[in-house]
Amino acid sequence: MMGPETHPGFGSPPREEMESLALSDYGSAMSSRLSAVATAVDGGDPPLSAAASSSSSFLDPPSYSNVVFRSLDGQNDATPDRPSLCRDFPSHRSDRAAASEYASIAVSDPQKEQDAVNSLVPGGGAYVTYLITSRTRAGGAEFRVRRRFRDVVTLADRLAEAYRGFFIPPRPDKNVVESQVMQKHDFVEQRRSALEKYLWRLAVHPVIGNSDELRVFLQVQGKLPLPTSTDMASRMLDGAVRLPKQLFREGQAGYVTPQDAVQPAKGGRDLLRIFKELKQSVANDWGGAKPPVVEEDKEFLERKDRMQDLEQQLSTASKQAEALVKAQQDIGETMGELGLAFIKLTKFENEEAVYNSQRVQAADAKCVATAAVKASRLYRELNAQTVKHLDTLHEYLGLMLAVHSAFSDRASALLTVQTLMSDLSSLNTRIEKLEVASSKIFGGDRSRMRKVEELKETIRVTEDAKYCASREYERIKENNRSELERLDRERHDDFLSMLKGFVINQVGYAEKGANVWAAVAEETRGYARENNKT
Amino acid sequence: MISPQGSPPGSSSQSPRSPSAPLFLSVTVTDPVKLGNGVQAYISYRVITKTNLPEYQGPEKIVIRRYSDFVWLHDRLAEKYKGIFIPPLPEKSAVEKFRFSAEFIEMRRQALDIFINRIASHPQLKQSEDLRTFLQEDEETMERARSQETGIFKKKPTDLMQIFKDVQSMVSDVVLGKEKPVEESNPEYEKLKHYIFELEDHLAEAQKQAYRLVKRHRELGQSLADFGKAIKLLGACEGDSLGKVFSDLGSKSELLSIKLQKEAHNLLMNFEEPLKDYVRAVQSIKATMTDRANAFRQQCELAETTKLKEINLDKLMLMRSEKAVEAEIEYKELKAESEEATRRFETIVKLMSEEMMRFQEQKTADLGLAFHEFARGQAKLANEIADAWRSLVPKLDACSPSMCS
Repeated sequence: MMGPETHPGFGSPPREEMESLALSDYGSAMSSRLSAVATAVDGGDPPLSAAASSSSSFLDPPSYSNVVFRSLDGQNDATPDRPSLCRDFPSHRSDRAAASEYASIAVSDPQKEQDAVNSLVPGGGAYVTYLITSRTRAGGAEFRVRRRFRDVVTLADRLAEAYRGFFIPPRPDKNVVESQVMQKHDFVEQRRSALEKYLWRLAVHPVIGNSDELRVFLQVQGKLPLPTSTDMASRMLDGAVRLPKQLFREGQAGYVTPQDAVQPAKGGRDLLRIFKELKQSVANDWGGAKPPVVEEDKEFLERKDRMQDLEQQLSTASKQAEALVKAQQDIGETMGELGLAFIKLTKFENEEAVYNSQRVQAADAKCVATAAVKASRLYRELNAQTVKHLDTLHEYLGLMLAVHSAFSDRASALLTVQTLMSDLSSLNTRIEKLEVASSKIFGGDRSRMRKVEELKETIRVTEDAKYCASREYERIKENNRSELERLDRERHDDFLSMLKGFVINQVGYAEKGANVWAAVAEETRGYARENNKT
Repeated sequence: MISPQGSPPGSSSQSPRSPSAPLFLSVTVTDPVKLGNGVQAYISYRVITKTNLPEYQGPEKIVIRRYSDFVWLHDRLAEKYKGIFIPPLPEKSAVEKFRFSAEFIEMRRQALDIFINRIASHPQLKQSEDLRTFLQEDEETMERARSQETGIFKKKPTDLMQIFKDVQSMVSDVVLGKEKPVEESNPEYEKLKHYIFELEDHLAEAQKQAYRLVKRHRELGQSLADFGKAIKLLGACEGDSLGKVFSDLGSKSELLSIKLQKEAHNLLMNFEEPLKDYVRAVQSIKATMTDRANAFRQQCELAETTKLKEINLDKLMLMRSEKAVEAEIEYKELKAESEEATRRFETIVKLMSEEMMRFQEQKTADLGLAFHEFARGQAKLANEIADAWRSLVPKLDACSPSMCS
């Protein structure tokens, strides 16, 4: 369940609480806070420092860690493998969430369903649907719909068309896998989680969150009433049908209408337009002449460069974050196995003891084993939290795709404008030529003059189209600008909170680990005195 | 090194030279140096002996020794002191390119130091003449001694005979259909054998995990270094205040990477190596167990042969044969040998039980120390990690959201 509730726990204290902590004495402040939480959640468990040395048997989980860190997981009562949707929401994120039309969105209950049409492939035609439950903030009304992944693709496509220039959160990947794999539990679970994250990100976007497309997706029962993206084949067919008309009938069929001008040239349907825009872009790149409208916004170009730089660094950082997580996981596992080896040694020495020194050894080994097992658990928990925090890097890396999209929306809108202007200019040239030729004939040339009239009509249409295209371009420019600003602002906050969360997490677990090992060092202190070697 | 404060080792008789001072013998193996060229290159060590024992020259003596000298000493002691668990040596290195790495050399030096000191503090072994040779003779004498001892062909004739006899009896056992060689039927000893074999497995497993843990520390260190670098670069994309925080975080990460490498080394030398040392020690015990089995078998065989000879002798004496005299002489010789074999066996049994107690005590102390070092190292590392990250918190808090660019 995704929701904006702030969770108690030191990963995400509300802003006021953070400030009240004495920064110079973080350790004890955190300990006392943790023990306060511990008492609250589990009715009087011993505080952190005492719990470190108490444990009835070396196989029981230490009581304090479960207690303290349960609060961080919030509603995460389920298995630890369940992807953590209950992210800690630092205050700024909850502000953003509070501005959304939606209070919560959840994806659950995957069901296998069969296509009505029997397919040739046995087992084919099966697909998975998910139950999507959402609640609006205003009325508190709850909506439940069933959707399949194809519907999500449709939603994403319609949003991409309607919201050009915006940084639209990227949808989960289509996975081209066989239907056997599709139905496997892990895959379905991964997809369910990804869908939930995706829908929530859409909901939290200041513009897209209010879109009709999203509302329709979340609230309309039955078949999704959004136009589906047709497949490439039928598009190509359409385009092939239109092309001869476009080439040979030079009337309006050949030119871009105002409605079309505000859309990018689509796959199969606007072959002619694609060719023209391609020609224009080639002329832009290779021709010496400056195109009529040029991307002059220096500020935009700078920002574009910065975005590219950011993307590169994000990619590296994201990769290294994954490596760090893996290293933490590995060391935790090995520590656990070491503990196990010592537990076995302890049991063995105790069972076979002939001399007292063996019993002493068994006790020492048990001490180390217990600590190692605790440390192993600590590493595992540290890692679970680290993953949550550093996930921000992955999130923003994914967002770069959206930025690319938005920038290319801008580029293609600009290209449309440029192409239309070229069209206009060539139309005008043709009119000139015709008029000149016509004037040379006494009494005028009827056919030529008729032609000129046609062309003038075309010019009017094209001018309208150009006007629309320019407006669209300006609109997209503005979207880009406001989104860039929003991105910078939000990224600043999100990165800051990521770093804070990461650092505090590391401090907390390191302190706990230090306590565990210090106790062992203390118990085995006697051997150090007997040490004769330097 | 045995500190002078410790109880006086071994001999309680005071030297006439210094009647009031307690006797001590302290050895250090240090200062590894690579000598020689190419394939024949080797490491030499300085062995420093400080003692006031009368059998030794002067208060301090320094000699240069190499690994094969230690092997010589080990083998001589193993031959002469059957029944005693000879302290184990570190392995010959298998991998060529690892042979001269700093880490390997340090591990070996530490192990050799422990080896020689265990001998010097063992009540019987420390009185060995071979030990004195090792600690005091000049390098040429040492080399001569060493080269004399190699190979089966250099063994004394009686040893050779014994080897033949062992093989002979093994063969005859097989021929006669005796599946197993004769073994003691001592339940306590059986229990001990079982214990030793299982102990080796447990220690080996612990050592394996300890070694893996060392590697994991190194890997974590590396990933922290890489992460730090990447974070710094990412921070360069951000504005002033936040960018600075990124940069600080990256630096801390790199700093911690270094600390992790250090702790990895500490873990290796002070936790993993002691565990490996005890795996070797258990193998040394197994060698003594083999000696004991051989001694037992010899004792049994000689007893049997003697009995047969006795029966034969009685027969001859009854027949008043001239061979009786010769037979009697042979019989007496054999009886003496049989008694000697019995003595040898019983010595081994007695020594072993003393050695076992000593072994358990030493094991508890040595591994206890290893545990202590392990815990201390981990606690120290954890504190360093906590301190490093904690220092960033005020900087992070100072950077208020969306206010600083």
